[in-house]
Amino acid sequence: MKKPLFWIVSMCATVYILFALSPSAYAMHIMEGFLPWQWALIWWLLFLPFFFIGLRTMTRLMKQKPEVKLLLALATAFTFVLSALKIPSVTGSSSHPTGTGFGALLFGPFVMTVIGTAVLLFQAFLLAHGGLTTLGANAFSMAVVGPFVAYGLFVLCKKCGISLRMSVFLAAMMADLATYVMTSFQLALAFPDVTSGVWGAFLKFASIFAVTQVPLAITEGLFTVVVWNFLHTYSERELDVLEERGVFFK
Amino acid sequence: MSNRILLFIAALLIVLPLFIVKNTEFAGADTLAEKMIQQISPHYEPWFDVVFEPPSGEVETLLFSLQAALGAGVIGYIIGLYKGRKRNG
Repeated sequence: MKKPLFWIVSMCATVYILFALSPSAYAMHIMEGFLPWQWALIWWLLFLPFFFIGLRTMTRLMKQKPEVKLLLALATAFTFVLSALKIPSVTGSSSHPTGTGFGALLFGPFVMTVIGTAVLLFQAFLLAHGGLTTLGANAFSMAVVGPFVAYGLFVLCKKCGISLRMSVFLAAMMADLATYVMTSFQLALAFPDVTSGVWGAFLKFASIFAVTQVPLAITEGLFTVVVWNFLHTYSERELDVLEERGVFFK
Repeated sequence: MSNRILLFIAALLIVLPLFIVKNTEFAGADTLAEKMIQQISPHYEPWFDVVFEPPSGEVETLLFSLQAALGAGVIGYIIGLYKGRKRNG
């Protein structure tokens, strides 16, 4: 009980000392029209297979285990809330968490690809946030890389014998962070620096996108553990059902 | 760790930057990334424009809060349902 608290608090403290003095920056998804069309196309093509596998996995899950529909709604709602919250960060700018880690732990990464894409579509159409041409790239970072990092890390943590809550926390946090590291990488590939190349550009974009995200990622990890605590207390039945399918969340 | 402590830490993380970091607007715009792109490749022109842009900051806020409110409502409903179900066996 006391150990994870210590870790979380010291991690938060480190982050604050490290980043409290950095210059202001902004962090969000890639803006509409801001990827050259070749790159936009490449990311769309990379993203689509994951989306279709996700759709299939999701329909199969709904058919076989209709009792988990509510949990699916919960995962969707969680992503909706978290990606609507623009939170101030220590870099002096605001960004929002992604909320994709939670669902990835419940249903596996592919299902989360579909849900994450739905959220991105909503934001691209109604909020002028992100975009349609850049949807492939944004979905690849938020709805593919994020969930896969969450899932992979969770499996790894469990293998290493790290406590369940800590695993959930780490998985959700790193999924959030990985999303924005990926965004920086995508921008760096499309806009390599004249002198320092892709790597130099990556560092520049990462200083905007990824650094701002660090405290938000921690916040997302905390929120995820909160919801997970509720589920663990009140809905063992559904978690059992999911565990049968090999999605080991308990 | 109890949820109360977790939520408290989360709240601290959100509120503290407002006090620690001075001289900033906490702008959430994507402007700096845009500026960075223009700095790296000055001749890049965005080739596609947004389909629909909220006419004002207020409308945008409305849509964002709607997104959060809907999500929060669903989360509350489902957790409440599970809680009630567990209590009634």
